[in-house]
Amino acid sequence: MKYPLSFTLNGGNVDALVKPTDTLLDVLKEKLNVQSPKRGCDTGDCGSCTVLLNGNPIRSCLTLALTVEGKNIQTVESFASKEGKLHPLQQAFHNHGAAQCGFCTPGILISAKALLEQNPHPNRKEIVEAISGHLCRCGTYLEVIEAIQEVVGQSGKEKGK
Amino acid sequence: MTKYVGKPIPRYDGIGHVTGATAYVDDINMPGMLYAKVLRSPVHKGVMKRIDVSGAENLPGVAAVVTAKDVPGKNRYYNDEQPVFVEDHIRYRGERIAAVAAVDEDTAMEALEKIKIEIEEQPPVFDPFEAMKPAAPKVRPQGNLWIFNSGESRVVTKGDVEKGFAESDEIVERTYTEKMNDMAAIEPHVAVAYTDASDRLLIHTVSQARHFHLGHLCPIFNLPLSKICLVGGTVGGGFGGKNEVQTEHVAGLLALKLRKPVKYRLTRQEVLQCTTKRGAFYFEYKSGVKKNGKVMAYKIRAVHDIGAYNTMGAYAVEKHSFYIVGPYDVPHVRYDGYAVFTNKPVSSSMRGFSTINVNYAHEVQMDLMAEAIGMDPWEIRFINAWREGDIAPNQWKVVAAGLIETLKKTAELEGVKLPPHLLAMSSQRR
Repeated sequence: MKYPLSFTLNGGNVDALVKPTDTLLDVLKEKLNVQSPKRGCDTGDCGSCTVLLNGNPIRSCLTLALTVEGKNIQTVESFASKEGKLHPLQQAFHNHGAAQCGFCTPGILISAKALLEQNPHPNRKEIVEAISGHLCRCGTYLEVIEAIQEVVGQSGKEKGK
Repeated sequence: MTKYVGKPIPRYDGIGHVTGATAYVDDINMPGMLYAKVLRSPVHKGVMKRIDVSGAENLPGVAAVVTAKDVPGKNRYYNDEQPVFVEDHIRYRGERIAAVAAVDEDTAMEALEKIKIEIEEQPPVFDPFEAMKPAAPKVRPQGNLWIFNSGESRVVTKGDVEKGFAESDEIVERTYTEKMNDMAAIEPHVAVAYTDASDRLLIHTVSQARHFHLGHLCPIFNLPLSKICLVGGTVGGGFGGKNEVQTEHVAGLLALKLRKPVKYRLTRQEVLQCTTKRGAFYFEYKSGVKKNGKVMAYKIRAVHDIGAYNTMGAYAVEKHSFYIVGPYDVPHVRYDGYAVFTNKPVSSSMRGFSTINVNYAHEVQMDLMAEAIGMDPWEIRFINAWREGDIAPNQWKVVAAGLIETLKKTAELEGVKLPPHLLAMSSQRR
């Protein structure tokens, strides 16, 4: 049995027919071909499937699709401007080499954006807390922290301190 | 030179990574694509007496079920020992028994529950030291030790180790162990396979070693190289864990049978339970040093737990045997390295493949020897560091020696002030 679902995705309305057991990640990746959320563990541990639900970061692999009816979902595809100008976080991540294999990067960018919207001037500890739900096996954590610090106007140079 | 050296360069694929535009294998969706799931052994060791897949084949939504008998070529790879699907003997928990392709993963998983198997369970062996005993359960009929060209152990000898100990003032003995590790890349193993209009089999792969994998896949599919195209290049983390075929054969076999696109991806649980690991290492070190700091002799016994099949486990022992005493000149060395089979997942490459495993052992050993003779740990390393033209334990002549210069730079960066007699040393002369 499938049910109709509609929600706002990156500013536009989308519709899908979904099973009650489908997760938001299943629907985004397999029905709507949204590429940036990643299936890393499918159990809520790694953070690579993180998307924004009404502005808050959530694990799309732990969110049943039917629960987002009428809600606002944003993925990294919405970050750059219509003219293709990168979001400052994207540019800073690129400049600092904060993406190595890149698989965890979209999820981390989501949490970083949510942090800056709720707290435009986080200190280092707040940045570390905000990205603590993301696993990066390449070990880009320091570069990620530097990139976010650069965007909030801190030096981003105090490596490892 | 100055265009790139010493300057940070943006990643060529960095913009794709930060915009989500980089397409990984799991991002591929094709019209009519089927999803595969694999029935895996619930036991660590046993003999499969019977398998009945009819219940799965008859489930609506199931397109095909394949087992060992459905493999068009050889059901074996890696030294013709590791089966694609279990034939009779099961050697570790999680070995593939059968694969199902269905309209979605839920249906494929339901189909797996309808496959009936009868397994006669046997007592497994997990501890490599237990496995080395004569009465231990046999992981494979030939015995639990991999046979090297030098016999039951990989042997490295140089000089006369007992003479070296006799000439030493202090002897240091210590055992070092390293547990099993998983590479745990954030991207799980996945493959998408389909046939094209020219009857070629295309497989999108997360492989770190496409050309190795082609060599394994041709005999399995019974296809020439010209009929298989492995599409790769974008890997969501590998760290050595994607150096062996995990999904490509399963997706490829089902795509060949059905002539439809098939995606096969592992769950995180399968990645951790069933794919290759860096198996545990054990090192027993005995070394002798003179009061003046000269290291005279090393006697080393190494045991590597390579799991149920040898893919790169024995090679790991060969490889680390090059580095057993570190970048130091030691006149007398005896090394015996064992590759031991156990009923565990296969051991393979991981980050600094088999070289870093032994580094910590010989470096702690250097510190302990320095302590035993009351010498500064920097000084003992300067005294024994390789010089250009030294002969390593495996008889290879050292070229481009650079440890002394590396140590000087390390000391500088760490703010350590080295005495003038060490600063005067060079890798070019002793």
